Amino acid sequence: MNPRSKTAIRKTLRAFVIELLIYAALVTIYFFAVLHFLGGWLVQLETRHIHTYALVAIALIIGQAAVLEAVTTWLMRLLRGGRSE
Amino acid sequence: MYFPISHTQIHPAYLVVIGFLIGLLGGFFGVGGSFIAGPALRAIGMDWNFAVGTDLAHIVGKSVVAAKRHRALGNVDLRLGLIMAVGTIAGAEVGAQLIEAFKRAGNVNLVVSVVSIVIYVSISGFMICETWATLAAARRRKRAGQSRRTSGKADESAFTHMTEAIHRWRIPPMITLPESGITISLWLIMLVAFVGGLFSGFLGGGAGYIRMPSMVYILGMPTHLAVGTDLFEIIISASYGTFTHAIKGNVDILIALVMNTGAAIGAQLGAISTQYFTGPKIRLAFVPLPLIGAAIVIYTLVTGHKL
Repeated sequence: MNPRSKTAIRKTLRAFVIELLIYAALVTIYFFAVLHFLGGWLVQLETRHIHTYALVAIALIIGQAAVLEAVTTWLMRLLRGGRSE
Repeated sequence: MYFPISHTQIHPAYLVVIGFLIGLLGGFFGVGGSFIAGPALRAIGMDWNFAVGTDLAHIVGKSVVAAKRHRALGNVDLRLGLIMAVGTIAGAEVGAQLIEAFKRAGNVNLVVSVVSIVIYVSISGFMICETWATLAAARRRKRAGQSRRTSGKADESAFTHMTEAIHRWRIPPMITLPESGITISLWLIMLVAFVGGLFSGFLGGGAGYIRMPSMVYILGMPTHLAVGTDLFEIIISASYGTFTHAIKGNVDILIALVMNTGAAIGAQLGAISTQYFTGPKIRLAFVPLPLIGAAIVIYTLVTGHKL
């Protein structure tokens, strides 16, 4: 492997580790926020209004996925100088 | 951490790691990954019904992330995905009814186990023969100095003649899909989707291990597009599955949300990695996945313990 490739791989790995650290911090904050604010409400909804719970569950998972995709793409762009892949 | 909906105690790091692994596989191969998620959730003491329902909810989230990334890479045929969703949902309902019929007959476990082992092993066997032949032909061309394509998304198959023979089945209405570069009978698309849905309802999970190869060999799509479109289609069919399981009280959405945080990173990495592999190499790497599924079923059949 030539030295230029080695440097590129090292840079990518460093960016990935930084991404993971920032992402882990964001996710930890998010866990506590979600479980604290939504946990009780979702349990109530699941026991009393199961159809509403089903719809809310789908909306939450799709909404969270869209936000996480945006966050991870933004992190990749930020740390790799405008490239997301 | 205690999850009050399913009354389960799970460390969130475990869920994030499992989500990451499934996201990675899903982003790269276009599969739901239920053959890992189901046993992984069962292994920490979650009830089987909650494991299945929660896994489906998590599949929705992971597929949104991976499909968005594949869409950005030009790997999603939205029109085909929407058409297939109709066939998949119909097939899933028939599959679920079949399960009920076999339950009434009292032999559901044996029938499902034997069918799944035969299907999994057949898919792996066929794919290993096809990719081996395709890669060998590419090597021969390279040695002869006749390299056909250089693009990372370039795709070829040793079974193109089989796909062409299937495409001669021109029963109207014919559908043109410019993104996939094919013109094909609507009934053929519905058949592929229905069979995928049938196995999804019958064997559980998203059935990407059947749909992705079917899209390549029967519909004649490039592998990268099959992976991306399958993921888009899974969003719709798994959302339907999540709803039906949730109203039966089988979904702990808090667990699915935590798993999805790991899956978001894994799915992005998996989707981006497809750029660096040609179609036949992705298909060759896919071969062990159905075999893992078969091994899990054989283990369950022999020991009587459901993973």
